[in-house]
Amino acid sequence: MSTHVAERTEAAPRTDRAPLLKLTGIKKHFPLTRGIIFQKKIGAVHAVDGVDLEVYPGETLGLVGETGCGKSTLARVIMRLHESTEGTIQFEGRDITHLEGKELRALRRNMQMIFQDPYASLNPRKTVGAIIGEPFRLHGTVPKNRIRDEVKQIMQLVGLNPEHYNRYPHAFSGGQRQRIGFARALALRPKLIVCDEPVSALDVSIQAQILNLLEDIQEEFNLTYVFIAHDLSVVKHVSDRVAVMYLGKIVELAPGETLYKNPKHPYTGALMSAVPIADPDLATVKKRIILEGDVPSPINPPLGCRFHPRCPRAQLPICAEQEPQLLPQHPGQVAACHFPLEDRAVITEDIETPLHKAEDAPPDGQTAAKAPDPSQWEPGNAE
Amino acid sequence: MQLATRATIDSPELQPNGSLSVAARTPRQIIWRHFRRDRLAMVSLVFLGLMITAAITAPLVSRYVVHHPPNTLYINETLDQFGVPKGPNHLFWFGADDAGRDLFVRVLYGARTSLVVAFFATGISVLIGVSVGLVSGFYRGRVDTALSRFTDVIMSLPVLLLALGLVAGCGLSSRGCLGGLVRPGLLLVSYVIALFNWPYVSRLVRGEVLRLREKEFVEAAAAAGSSNFRIMVREVLPNVVAPVLVFTTLIIPNNILFEAALSFLGIGVPATTPSWGKMLSDAGSIFTVAWWMMVFPGLFLFLTTLAFNLVGDGFRDALDPRTIR
Repeated sequence: MSTHVAERTEAAPRTDRAPLLKLTGIKKHFPLTRGIIFQKKIGAVHAVDGVDLEVYPGETLGLVGETGCGKSTLARVIMRLHESTEGTIQFEGRDITHLEGKELRALRRNMQMIFQDPYASLNPRKTVGAIIGEPFRLHGTVPKNRIRDEVKQIMQLVGLNPEHYNRYPHAFSGGQRQRIGFARALALRPKLIVCDEPVSALDVSIQAQILNLLEDIQEEFNLTYVFIAHDLSVVKHVSDRVAVMYLGKIVELAPGETLYKNPKHPYTGALMSAVPIADPDLATVKKRIILEGDVPSPINPPLGCRFHPRCPRAQLPICAEQEPQLLPQHPGQVAACHFPLEDRAVITEDIETPLHKAEDAPPDGQTAAKAPDPSQWEPGNAE
Repeated sequence: MQLATRATIDSPELQPNGSLSVAARTPRQIIWRHFRRDRLAMVSLVFLGLMITAAITAPLVSRYVVHHPPNTLYINETLDQFGVPKGPNHLFWFGADDAGRDLFVRVLYGARTSLVVAFFATGISVLIGVSVGLVSGFYRGRVDTALSRFTDVIMSLPVLLLALGLVAGCGLSSRGCLGGLVRPGLLLVSYVIALFNWPYVSRLVRGEVLRLREKEFVEAAAAAGSSNFRIMVREVLPNVVAPVLVFTTLIIPNNILFEAALSFLGIGVPATTPSWGKMLSDAGSIFTVAWWMMVFPGLFLFLTTLAFNLVGDGFRDALDPRTIR
């Protein structure tokens, strides 16, 4: 990356405060139908299948997982763009699961979203000024004659040239477009911003700029982020806590450092081992855990633990019959596994690793060099 | 490349305070600047403007310039003993038709008929088509199924037979049908044409909307708090303007010709109303000796059609931000 991305140094926000956002048992099933006029329901895609999550004010919660695991659907359920099939969403303690009309509109002021595709998320027929100013026109938070100034101010804030007010999105690069999307989300001064893979479509050098911008703005406006990504190094840079999703469920949730240094769920372990290392010497030593097979279909998710058909540690019949619950492992860490991974040696030895060192070589790389070969790990006892 | 060097929207201008900046322009200004650069479209637009002026001023011209009303028969002046009309001359600029009427005046009046059909009938069909297509593409599901089946039904009707029936049914009495709501004449013809045309617009729009509504900017608008109606009108509609505009330029000539066909069959505009289509049909039996009867209405029909197409092309290019450099 051309720009150095400052690693999170502050301690994870205290989680004893009241959560800003609380999801309880959120499910989103998309019905599969057959027939043209008389449609018959023949099944459902279990995109999100029972997610409990709490997001605390001021934190960045990372959400990682493979393509198709339900991250983006969860984001849209949080944003009330999709109606959840089951479960409740609470925002600042208020149940917003079924808000409608005026109340829902009022809620929009507090929750905004940044989208993945900087090309599809901006209307090609509207000027940048119109795009960023739209929230003001919708909510009337700023008098009409002041909208232009306000928009230009936000453009400046996110690093856009206010002179480009009347340009169309096509005249901007991907990174600039993402700044426009960010400016639109910021316009109403929301408390929560859901970022749906905001940098995955960008050039690596641009990713760093956008991530830094997100962090700077977060401090300035005391924002809370739900940050979705499939790029682990990106999530690591921005997140205080990270949730790992697999097939519509959260399998592990932990503070960023803990998760990266000491994953408990075998799926997380495999994910972490896939993070590329910039150091070729370490890279050759590093052991990768290659998962076999594909992600099972979310139409018929496996019984028991959803990960068991691909899990190197699965023990029948328990893993195929009993669905593991999210149980506490280390402080702030929960994982849903009957046979969680053992603590890696590194957590005791290298926890004080200087942060810039961690930047150069992701901790799992070091781990792999020192920790026992993952393939030799013995099944541990569920706590 | 020549275009690129002449483009000025993005070129920096030196400000009084010495800094380089880009002038801010409204979208309409930007579109107009680019439309103006398309010479063919500009020429066509001027031509259409002239045709509209001609259509509006036709009664004045016929009265004060050529002194020939459109339906007066100048049998002695224009027909020889075999009933063959005279060609263009200084009194009858476009010659006369086989009934001895001034073809120039009738071509002018014909522009009225054709343009009314072009704008009115096409306008109605585009209005209905866009609304239906927008709603059915946006809401999908049952709404879409119902509306789409309905358009299928309209499209599967035998157009000409039903048009014959409708026009004949409503056109028989001068009071019209539906309690006087629909009266015989040009408006009735326009309604009939619109009735059979909107499903094509609707299908085009529905397809576009189905594609567009999956884009993230629609979700972004919803996340910002836009109502469905606002999303349809403010976010989706502007993106279907270009294809609809181009399609409209294609159905305008079709509609003009449809009117001609109806007139040819004797159920279009009343016999006394001049129409290019009818003139062409009339010329069919006699054009071997009176070429002007076919050439002049045909030429104007052709030029008007072409002009609509070129203007549509110009608008499409000007409206598409991607072609603006």
